[in-house]
Amino acid sequence: MDVKTQDPRATFPGEVHPTPGGGILVSKLDDVINWARSNSLWPLVFGTSCCAIEMMSTASAKYDWSRFGFEVARATPRQADVIIIAGTIVNKMAPVLKRLYDQMPDPKYVVAMGACATSGGPFFYNTYSVVKGADHVIPVDVYVAGCPPRPEALLHALISLQAKVKAGK
Amino acid sequence: MIQEKLLSICPAAVFEENTQWPTMNIDSAEWRKLAEALKNENDLAFDYLFCVTCVDWKTHLTMVYHLSSTLHRHTIVVKAKIADRNNAIIDSVYNIWATAELNEREAYDLFGVHFTNHPDLRRLFLSEDWVGFPLRKDYEDPINMIKL
Repeated sequence: MDVKTQDPRATFPGEVHPTPGGGILVSKLDDVINWARSNSLWPLVFGTSCCAIEMMSTASAKYDWSRFGFEVARATPRQADVIIIAGTIVNKMAPVLKRLYDQMPDPKYVVAMGACATSGGPFFYNTYSVVKGADHVIPVDVYVAGCPPRPEALLHALISLQAKVKAGK
Repeated sequence: MIQEKLLSICPAAVFEENTQWPTMNIDSAEWRKLAEALKNENDLAFDYLFCVTCVDWKTHLTMVYHLSSTLHRHTIVVKAKIADRNNAIIDSVYNIWATAELNEREAYDLFGVHFTNHPDLRRLFLSEDWVGFPLRKDYEDPINMIKL
């Protein structure tokens, strides 16, 4: 995959004015915090079905989401910033998902990955056990289409989430 | 020759042709007697029950048992017809094949088949207070289910 390497100074929200013996940095604290946050979003290890396989692929060497700051997947919600709902949420799982979300520290973000997490997907009709969209349980920031979405689609969603964080929304 | 042997145990059994595995259709009342023979007869020796499932035909239920023998390397499918859907009863075989204990609980949970002599017949996947049996064809759930 062809990825442009970006000079981090180009995306830094502020101006550097060089002066003899150092420099002066002009910025807003909120912007700096959001910039830092967006480049260090740690996902929670959470996968309930086949989307999780694509998520693992996104984390692995070929797609390597560490390049964008999703460095380490955390096995505890208390250390995670973003939860990627990778898979079907059944009625029995819904309270568990809610608890995981509640245990995450603020600020926290949610990505609904794939058809099941956005709408119930193939289980929308004639199913007694599936939640028709994870947004019935917790608020969702970014939705990804696909069944399952390709790793590129998940990366695009995560980069969209970064843009959202940087914009301070 | 196995077919003749099985017919001597269950004279009313009907065999199906051109199926992946030899298949015999029996009535639920004969199941316990047949199961014991399938396990204990030396030339049958079906010691491995690898699938227990149920089919709802709207008019009746059918319990389907897939059995194989690790000794003789042969496989058979037994379909036991339960004529009364509203009062579905069949004998448990948990003390012949231990795996049946959980498989029968699953069939009870989703299809409402009652297994007589089962030691612990309660819901497996669904919550204890669940009403109805969701894999039955006439199951209705106006809250969680969107009908197509």
